[in-house]
Amino acid sequence: MTSADFSVILPEITLALLAMLGLIVAVYTGKDRLAPVILWATAAVLVLLAGWIGLSGGETRTAFGGMFVDDAFARFAKVTLLLAAAAVLLMSEEYMARRDLLRFEYPLLVALASVGMMVMVSAGDLIAMYMGLELQSLALYVVASLRRESPKSTEAGLKYFVLGSLSSGLLLYGASLTYGFAGTTEFEGIVRAVSAGDNIPLGLLFGLVFVSAGVAFKVSAAPFHMWTPDVYEGSPTPVTAFFATAPKVAAMAMFARILHDAFGGVVGDWQQIVALLAVASMFLGAIAAIGQTNIKRLMAYSSINHMGFALMGLAGGGAFGVQAMLVYMAIYVVMNVGTFAFILSMEKDGQPVTDIKALNMYSRTEPLKALAVMVLMFSMAGVPPLVGFFGKFYVLRAAVDAGLGWLAVLGVIASVIAAFYYLRIIFYMYFGEEGDGLDRSSSPVLWGMLMVSAAMMVFGVVNLFGIEGPAAAAAATLVD
Amino acid sequence: METIILFAPLIGALICGFGYGIIGEKPAQWTATCLLLLAAFLSWIVFFAHDGEMHRIQILRWIESGSLSTDWAIRLDRLTAIMLVVVTTVSSLVHLYSFGYMSHDAHFKDDEPYRPRFFAYLSFFTFAMLMLVTSDNLVQMFFGWEGVGVASYLLIGFYYRKPSANAAAIKAFVVNRVGDFGFALAIFAIFFLVDSINFDTVFAAAPEMAETQMTFLWRDWNAIEVVCLLLFIGAMGKSAQLLLHTWLPDAMEGPTPVSALIHAATMVTAGVFLVCRMSPLMEFAPNATAFVTFIGASTAFFAATVGLVQNDIKRVIAYSTCSQLGYMFVAAGVGVYSAAMFHLFTHAFFKAMLFLGAGSIIHGMHHEQDMRNYGGLKDKFPYTFWAMMIGTLAITGVGIPLTHIGFAGFLSKDAVIESAWGGQTGVATYAFWMLVIAAAFTSFYSWRLMFMTFYGPQKGDKHTHDHAHESPTIMTAPLGVLAIGAVFAGMVWYGPFFGSHEKVTTWFGIPHQAEASEEAGGDHGEETASAEGGSAEDNAAASESAEGSGEGDGTETALAGPAPGEGAIYMHPDNHVLDEAHHAPVWVKVSPFVAMLVGFLLAFQMYIRRPDLPGKLAANQPILYRFLLNKWYFDEIYNAVFVRPARSLGGFLWRRGDGGVIDGGINGLAMGIVPFFTRLAGRAQSGYLFHYAFAMVLGIAVLITLMTLAGGAQ
Repeated sequence: MTSADFSVILPEITLALLAMLGLIVAVYTGKDRLAPVILWATAAVLVLLAGWIGLSGGETRTAFGGMFVDDAFARFAKVTLLLAAAAVLLMSEEYMARRDLLRFEYPLLVALASVGMMVMVSAGDLIAMYMGLELQSLALYVVASLRRESPKSTEAGLKYFVLGSLSSGLLLYGASLTYGFAGTTEFEGIVRAVSAGDNIPLGLLFGLVFVSAGVAFKVSAAPFHMWTPDVYEGSPTPVTAFFATAPKVAAMAMFARILHDAFGGVVGDWQQIVALLAVASMFLGAIAAIGQTNIKRLMAYSSINHMGFALMGLAGGGAFGVQAMLVYMAIYVVMNVGTFAFILSMEKDGQPVTDIKALNMYSRTEPLKALAVMVLMFSMAGVPPLVGFFGKFYVLRAAVDAGLGWLAVLGVIASVIAAFYYLRIIFYMYFGEEGDGLDRSSSPVLWGMLMVSAAMMVFGVVNLFGIEGPAAAAAATLVD
Repeated sequence: METIILFAPLIGALICGFGYGIIGEKPAQWTATCLLLLAAFLSWIVFFAHDGEMHRIQILRWIESGSLSTDWAIRLDRLTAIMLVVVTTVSSLVHLYSFGYMSHDAHFKDDEPYRPRFFAYLSFFTFAMLMLVTSDNLVQMFFGWEGVGVASYLLIGFYYRKPSANAAAIKAFVVNRVGDFGFALAIFAIFFLVDSINFDTVFAAAPEMAETQMTFLWRDWNAIEVVCLLLFIGAMGKSAQLLLHTWLPDAMEGPTPVSALIHAATMVTAGVFLVCRMSPLMEFAPNATAFVTFIGASTAFFAATVGLVQNDIKRVIAYSTCSQLGYMFVAAGVGVYSAAMFHLFTHAFFKAMLFLGAGSIIHGMHHEQDMRNYGGLKDKFPYTFWAMMIGTLAITGVGIPLTHIGFAGFLSKDAVIESAWGGQTGVATYAFWMLVIAAAFTSFYSWRLMFMTFYGPQKGDKHTHDHAHESPTIMTAPLGVLAIGAVFAGMVWYGPFFGSHEKVTTWFGIPHQAEASEEAGGDHGEETASAEGGSAEDNAAASESAEGSGEGDGTETALAGPAPGEGAIYMHPDNHVLDEAHHAPVWVKVSPFVAMLVGFLLAFQMYIRRPDLPGKLAANQPILYRFLLNKWYFDEIYNAVFVRPARSLGGFLWRRGDGGVIDGGINGLAMGIVPFFTRLAGRAQSGYLFHYAFAMVLGIAVLITLMTLAGGAQ
């Protein structure tokens, strides 16, 4: 434990200390009355940290004997997830306050979850990885059941907790197998063991499968996705928005790190697993969502579908695949923030509405917002020339370049099927039946988030806001 | 000035078609009409002031692509000047006439803006037609060619609420497409051979093309024969010649002014114009021109026979048009392009007048078109009667035999028939006899029309007859103007069109032969003389005959002709048909007159003295009657051979191919298979924790199995 080590992990330490400080201050003073202040402060800190990490740059540094890695890849993921977390926090405030859910623990739990996620993406060791994962998960279990008096919310929290434990068990089992066969928990050591000879012990590959299954649960890839719709539906909507964004980025980045840093020697082996997960997720996300009328469940399946595409990029192997995955995830986060900003504003008589039929003829009452949502939906469906198309184009190219043409073809078919439910939302908004419309909400934050997100989908086509370069650099540091 | 003539109709069409909402319907119509009257006035000035020389008026640089380089320019020579006069005169008169004819229409509500639409189409047609006749290269011509096709389609289908009108419009368009395909192929072939589409270059290359072989379809052909044949196929479509004629009678579904303008005077003559314009090529393609003669003669005969028994007044005139176009093609086919243009010129006047007269009757008889319901209309329609009478005298060819005094048709038709006789080949002789017989038929059906309409007892609906009335002045005045043309056009312009070799060459701006022999004598003349040494006697004979015609200095004829492309039309040095025609025996010159008399007397006998005869004749000869009434069953044959197989193939591809396989596949997938999996996924999402846990365990089992079986681990 030297000061050099701490300087590497300083952002995480800062955030954790601030979160604990906020906890203590709030408990001994105004409690929930301080919640708005804490929320804004937390969001501000998250944004500041994102800026700090994003601008720090520099060489790859390791700390604690390789357990913690600070490289371009980690920084890219951290900036994305911190900004996503901050955006979701800001969107939450009004919604939570109106429903008397705005407790001071909420922003602090989000902050702690962010710490866990930051550790996840920076982990250079199975132990560190697990620690980050559990820190994040524990915080998420709690926020999922934040609405204590609602059976659905508590059910969601409990389901998530039980299944999360199961997945942790799988992950740990895989980790122990890996340790048993590699003799070390450090990624560097594992990768040495894996690439040592022609004969890779089967146990090591079993370890890889179990670890993958545990991570697949976190990214809600089929068939480890079953919790997603129930938890998305049961949790308060801001929490759902959080689930859909930052943790997905963290888990996906962690997956990429394990696969490349620890199992970089057996790309051919894990490619099949990842490809299988990708196909299953894409098709399940596309097909199952068709039957949904609840927009939150719909978004759950939509995110399963999107994770399938991100995994397709990862399945490509190599630096371009990682770059494609990072670009895809960044675009995905922006689209989801905008969409959830809209879902949070869906109200009828002051009550939140989640039935998509409530969107009937929405274009009449709110033409501008309807237009923004239409842009987002088209972007999610991957219709050119919106940014969502370029995300899909990237991952498809990664798959094709890696010789996985069949995977790309299946991906295109799945995206055609998925287009159905995105278009259905647009259909309801523009051509639906006349009915009771939604309230005209006027939260400037939500409105702004929606508009900015939609505008980014349109104007990002110019150069994707320059994320390609950093994503390529990040991928290059991960894949040698 | 020529530019004004060309663009005035276009401006009129645009103002009238798009601006009537701003300036009002009536002003819009008058704008279009006045602009056309201006164009007509200027055209006559151009016509009279034209010196026979070819002028080229450049409008803009048009295409510059690879070796293809062409201008958009007006080619003003005698052919163009003639066509300008014909097109703008008839068009402006039809515009005027339409004020009366289109004032009320049962097909439209009164507040619908159909009138400016009609006028805009008419003006647009005129513009396209002028584009066609003023073109300086093939693509520009094709532009006008297709433009008139579109306008014709729009105007035939003007009564778009009538299914038969829509069907006729589509039929006209599709049949024309067959011809246009030929024309387009001809343009491609010319560009392929000459590497240019400008008339000057193409014409100059004609002798060379005659020596070239090109591969087309399955074997090698003489290049120029193929090109000319393809050009003529294009002309056949537009000019409704046999095999591609079926659209013209159906096109009568359009309003009558349209029939007068497009389907009698102008558009249908575009084919004749094309053949004349391409005379420098045609002259080198004896087989193709023989084909032209054959088709023209056959069409003249065929259409005349069908015209004998039709009962719809417009259809009779439509078949008459078809038949007269055949005459023009015969003249062009045997090589007397001036006679073809002459008949085109006179025909435009009297045929437009017949149509407008028919329109006047139809208008006054409340859109009754069946002649069996007419009769005794002479007193109800005095002006129309006299106009129709003049038209009939003109088309049947009434005049004083062996002189140059007579109605327009007398001079031009006789010129065509004499030319056919002068051709002296087998095909030309066939054409001569066909045309003489057709002349008798023409006379018969024209007088039949007159007698059935204006004489005899009133037939049909009495109410209609009671309310029949003469048309307003705005409709009868154009008839008067055209009547002047129908009477005098032949006598006035007989000389320049057909009078003598000398006059014709001067009129069409063909360089004087003495000068030409000096100019072109160095190369072309010698070549011809040596290559065609065998025809020296012919040449001598021709020069003798030219001398004998007493028309001045024809002594130097034909030792050397002008080069192709000099002058509006080109006649090969060996082409003496014009002179032969002048020296036709008396019986040949009298024969059309005799045929006319026979036709008139027969009609008089059958429709005035013994009105029961036609019915008896039809009953005695049922097969012949039905054969003619059903237009030789062309429509039925085409229906069976082309239309129905195409329809059934289309239907098969549509129902089985598209509907069954493609739609069925997609629908089955989208509405059957995908929802099935959706339900399955919904059922799996049961909400029970143990189900979810089970799915996870199952998933890991699958992954482990996959890794064991297919993975890198042994």
